[in-house]
Amino acid sequence: MKNNIILSSSPHLHTRESVRKIMWAVVLSLLPAGAAGVYLFGISAFWILAAGIVSALVTEGVIQALSRKKISLSDGSAFLTGLLLAYNLPPDIPLWLPVLGSFFAVAVGKQIFGGLGQNIFNPALVGRVFLMASWPKYMTTFTKPLAYDAITQATPLALLKEHKLMEHISYLDLFLGKRGGCIGEVCIAVLVAGALFLLIKGYISWHIPFSYIFTVGLLTYVFGPNGIASGDWLFHILSGGLILGAFFMATDYVSSPLTHRGQLIFGMGCGFITAVIRLWGGYPEGVSYAILIMNAATPIIDRYTKNRIYGV
Amino acid sequence: MDVSKVLAIAISMIFINNFILSKFLGLCPFLGVSKETKPAVSMGFAVIFVMTCSSIITWVLYRFVLLPFHIEYLRTITFILVIATFVQLIEMVIRKYSMPLYRALGIYLPLITTNCAVLGVTILNVDNFFVAGKAVEGSFFYSSFQAFFAGVGFLLALFLMSGIRERLQLLDIPEHTKGIPIAFVIASLMSLAFMGFMGFKF
Amino acid sequence: MKRLIKEFIKGVTKENPTFGLILGLCPTLAVSTSVINAVGMGLAATFVLICSNTMISALRRVIPDRIRLPAYIVVVATFVTICEMLMKAYAPALNLALGIFVPLIVVNCIILARAEAFASKNPILPSFFDGLGMGIGFTLALTIIALVRELLGTGRIAGLTLATHAEPITMMILSPGALLTLGVLIALSNMIKRALAGRKERP
Repeated sequence: MKNNIILSSSPHLHTRESVRKIMWAVVLSLLPAGAAGVYLFGISAFWILAAGIVSALVTEGVIQALSRKKISLSDGSAFLTGLLLAYNLPPDIPLWLPVLGSFFAVAVGKQIFGGLGQNIFNPALVGRVFLMASWPKYMTTFTKPLAYDAITQATPLALLKEHKLMEHISYLDLFLGKRGGCIGEVCIAVLVAGALFLLIKGYISWHIPFSYIFTVGLLTYVFGPNGIASGDWLFHILSGGLILGAFFMATDYVSSPLTHRGQLIFGMGCGFITAVIRLWGGYPEGVSYAILIMNAATPIIDRYTKNRIYGV
Repeated sequence: MDVSKVLAIAISMIFINNFILSKFLGLCPFLGVSKETKPAVSMGFAVIFVMTCSSIITWVLYRFVLLPFHIEYLRTITFILVIATFVQLIEMVIRKYSMPLYRALGIYLPLITTNCAVLGVTILNVDNFFVAGKAVEGSFFYSSFQAFFAGVGFLLALFLMSGIRERLQLLDIPEHTKGIPIAFVIASLMSLAFMGFMGFKF
Repeated sequence: MKRLIKEFIKGVTKENPTFGLILGLCPTLAVSTSVINAVGMGLAATFVLICSNTMISALRRVIPDRIRLPAYIVVVATFVTICEMLMKAYAPALNLALGIFVPLIVVNCIILARAEAFASKNPILPSFFDGLGMGIGFTLALTIIALVRELLGTGRIAGLTLATHAEPITMMILSPGALLTLGVLIALSNMIKRALAGRKERP
């Protein structure tokens, strides 16, 4: 067990205080996307966000109290988990879904492993796939943006899967978020702004998002519907949860590789799985599954890309 | 035999119907040998080999002995004996000809005999690729591929799990969930993630 | 007599195959989607356990030590085949629901483990009760897991609808639910064991 001293769980070189700072910075960079979601889909989206966050905080607090640990809600990690989970939900679902999803995300995705910095999988995504496996009916019903009276509309990716994609979804609409989708994933414009903020501040590195998005673009271009190299790669990049996932969830410090080389492999793996599920899978979207599968592979990636420590 | 069906079998056996995470076959070695990566990988390769060979042998036996003589009810007993004998034979052969290989795989071979994944895949083959007492077209090849890819799925799950469990040793896992329980929780989450591959079409 | 009862009890409690010894997990997870399947599987395994334990104990002086494992496998496989045929004849629906896990009782580690660890060293009567205890313990554990999964996953118990208005957690009857339930239940049983041990230590 001599390794105990050398290899600790990530994030490295950060004090507890700076973990808290980064967590809240990520929350801050995500808030505009939530505001855009509420603007596009109406007040029901706001209640879903609130329910997800409150449930995550309560779950974290209760478990920490029960296991006689220090209650650390102010570090922002539970808040972020609740927020990200809610961002990945359709905008008009019963409120018990975000409540149960956040509970599962924090309890099974994080606290069962011992809390902050110990989880193998991204907790918010654990919550999302749990909801997806349990209540697919709710999780795949989306509403039309800017309509405010709960008219259902399938997501562009779901339409594509059923070969019913109409021509009129423009790239600009996709970029601004005028499409059916999850609350926090639709408005690409503000997501990119938030991501730029994190990149410039140095809180995330470009390796995972870039390799992830590039791989999805490349594969969807090469394996297009009308033969090799006929795919609409920009459509694939702008739709679904790719931007949200690539910048804000795949980059989670705890569940992604430590080295840049490992991060590039991680991103390419995510991209590969996402593209394969979108092109040939049963589900229209594969971002959450892709990131979770690569989370499972992270220890292996780390093992083979770890920088040698001299003198060991 | 067509390629798309082989591809469908591969995806199904590796991800959707992964023997460990979805069919629950071979959980004992999955928990027993997944603490470190190296033995896990050796075990995985041994399982691929034994599964593929066993399914070839049992297919031939079923098709040319059990079916013609109408003694299908002896399937279970014949298959398990064949597998046990085959594994014993392999062990003796490797021990004689390749000591390094024996040291790498040898200790896992006896474990494989009672690995339900091996018997499971042979029975599954018979269930899937024999209809009303007749082999379906391409039955032999599909059986062999099914067994091979089931082994690959086993290796993948074991490999990922061993990496995760190595990391867990460095973490401060709550006392009650340490060891087996946390392994099950991780397997459960992996199984959830693998559900993303459901409904594959080519 | 006291000893026989002891052999019976230990299989249900301290050396419970599922929660104590962590054996025979594959069928435990696969068939625990409903209480009826779980009880059926448990009884089938109990039948095989009792028969094989008794038979192996009776033959324990006859079977040469070197080929004992193949011999045990033949004995177990014989009883499994009998069980398979009985089920096909009298409970075809259950047989279909349990699928390949009926023939797979052969490689259920509990059965071989009891043959090797107990029946090969003990007289017939204790072996019989050991098999009975282990079988009942296995059935109980299986039923508990199935109860949790069926109730949460479908809102029913043994096919009877309990929760009519709630929306069941479908994941619980899928494979992730099985793994999760078992993990949580083993963690709970560890907690209980530790609590009991802690109470004993205190004077």
